[in-house]
Amino acid sequence: MMNRRDMLVGTGGAIAITLLPKPASATPEEMRMAVTRLFGDRPINDGRVSLKTPAIAENGNSVSVDIRVESPMIEDDHVTQIALFAEANPLPDMIHCRLSPAMGEARLASRVRLGDTQTITAIAEMSDGTLWSGTAETVVTLAACVLIN
Amino acid sequence: MFPVRIALPNAAKRGDIMEVRTLIQHPMETGLRRDQRGRAIPRDIITHFQCEYGGEVVFEADFFPAVAANPFLTFPLRAVESGDVIFTWTHQDGGETVETRTLTVE
Amino acid sequence: MMAVRAPLIFMLFVLGGCSDTSTKTPDFADRPDLDPSVRVSGFTFLTEETQALQQDDFANPGQLWVDRGAALFGDGEAACSSCHEPDDFSHTATQYPQWNSEHERLINLEGQINQCRTTRQDQPALAYESDDLLALTTFVATQARGDDINVSLTPEMQSAYQSGRDYFFTRRGQLNLACSQCHDDQWGMQLRGDTISQGHSNGFPAYRLQWETLGSLHRRLEECDLGVRAEPRPLGSDEYLAVELYLAIRAQGLPIETPAVRR
Repeated sequence: MMNRRDMLVGTGGAIAITLLPKPASATPEEMRMAVTRLFGDRPINDGRVSLKTPAIAENGNSVSVDIRVESPMIEDDHVTQIALFAEANPLPDMIHCRLSPAMGEARLASRVRLGDTQTITAIAEMSDGTLWSGTAETVVTLAACVLIN
Repeated sequence: MFPVRIALPNAAKRGDIMEVRTLIQHPMETGLRRDQRGRAIPRDIITHFQCEYGGEVVFEADFFPAVAANPFLTFPLRAVESGDVIFTWTHQDGGETVETRTLTVE
Repeated sequence: MMAVRAPLIFMLFVLGGCSDTSTKTPDFADRPDLDPSVRVSGFTFLTEETQALQQDDFANPGQLWVDRGAALFGDGEAACSSCHEPDDFSHTATQYPQWNSEHERLINLEGQINQCRTTRQDQPALAYESDDLLALTTFVATQARGDDINVSLTPEMQSAYQSGRDYFFTRRGQLNLACSQCHDDQWGMQLRGDTISQGHSNGFPAYRLQWETLGSLHRRLEECDLGVRAEPRPLGSDEYLAVELYLAIRAQGLPIETPAVRR
């Protein structure tokens, strides 16, 4: 169980977190670098990718994401990759997925962490090598009582 | 091995697109947090997931620390032939959690 | 240190010498309990997304502990399942905490499970907040999901009820806040990004997004105490058991939601 020292340390930390600046987060530039690492310098087109997140997340620890890409998902024309990037998380890469025509449709859903209110970006790579993207913005609200742990 | 939940129908019609849902119990410790005494908590995450069907990898994902604790992932899969659907989660230390479901296609 | 301590000791002597009238404990008899007609579950105050997560029997991460509990329930030579069917527990969680006449003490579901283990299954008690005890508690409690809390307050439980009630109304911690000041007086109002709930116990053990795991009501109480910068009580302590009893009576009629999802 928690002893007095742990409690004091915990409480001190809890107060400190409200006073200290935010933990380091990625910048839009770092996000672009992460995208380049995965997809190179190819142009990214707007469209064909629908990314849905809640407008407001009551806790950034678990935010639902739903990604759908317009594609027939046949051998000659399908989505090969979908990757999700966060511009204000400590690390911009969130999840990289590789898809195949055997799926029948190009979509997936998961739950992710958002360190702050931000726009997240989903990029899809097609079998012809083109890249397409969609974005979504989620406001992450602050909890009533901030505690470490 | 970590506890998992998988939702996949036992049977499907050929050509049907099924919804596959997966959940695995894991804290996905980011490596960016500190404990109450200020010591860094080391990263401890699942780094990879894949789904095999008909002897081929049909879907795979690389997880980063931004994937929420107890990773949840859902994706479609077209029913083509009866057989095993094999789900594999790989931990950063190389350990694997493998689950198999048998699908009957009519 | 000495310079500070000496006058304190002196004062204690002075006070001790005056009389033996102990400080009267405030009993908060004048404070009303939460009006039952406005009673609503914490579920009400969640966003639609979090409500949907709780109601999704596959994706609700608390279901991982239900699975684990189901496995433990049938595990071992003297398994729970050798005496009980899960169906036997379709109302159980609504009736805890309750008075255990054998041991003459208040007992919650966690305590009941541990008592079964030590007296009937020849197994060691499970540690409070261990994944195994959480799993068994969650598995048993979820059998009563949707059934309303219906704890009967017997005369033996009266003093625990009173001390739990006192705990709820007593200001504590560096922030000098009582549970009642938020959860009776200000529920429905905004506190930073949150809407203040009524502080009910009907979803526990619950999966909290903040914890990123499932936890007991006592862990929640510990965190409330830490939140007001008060020294928390040990999990499973008589003090938290008493608070659990007061909260159960206060939540009477609300449905069990275990495993609930909370912020």
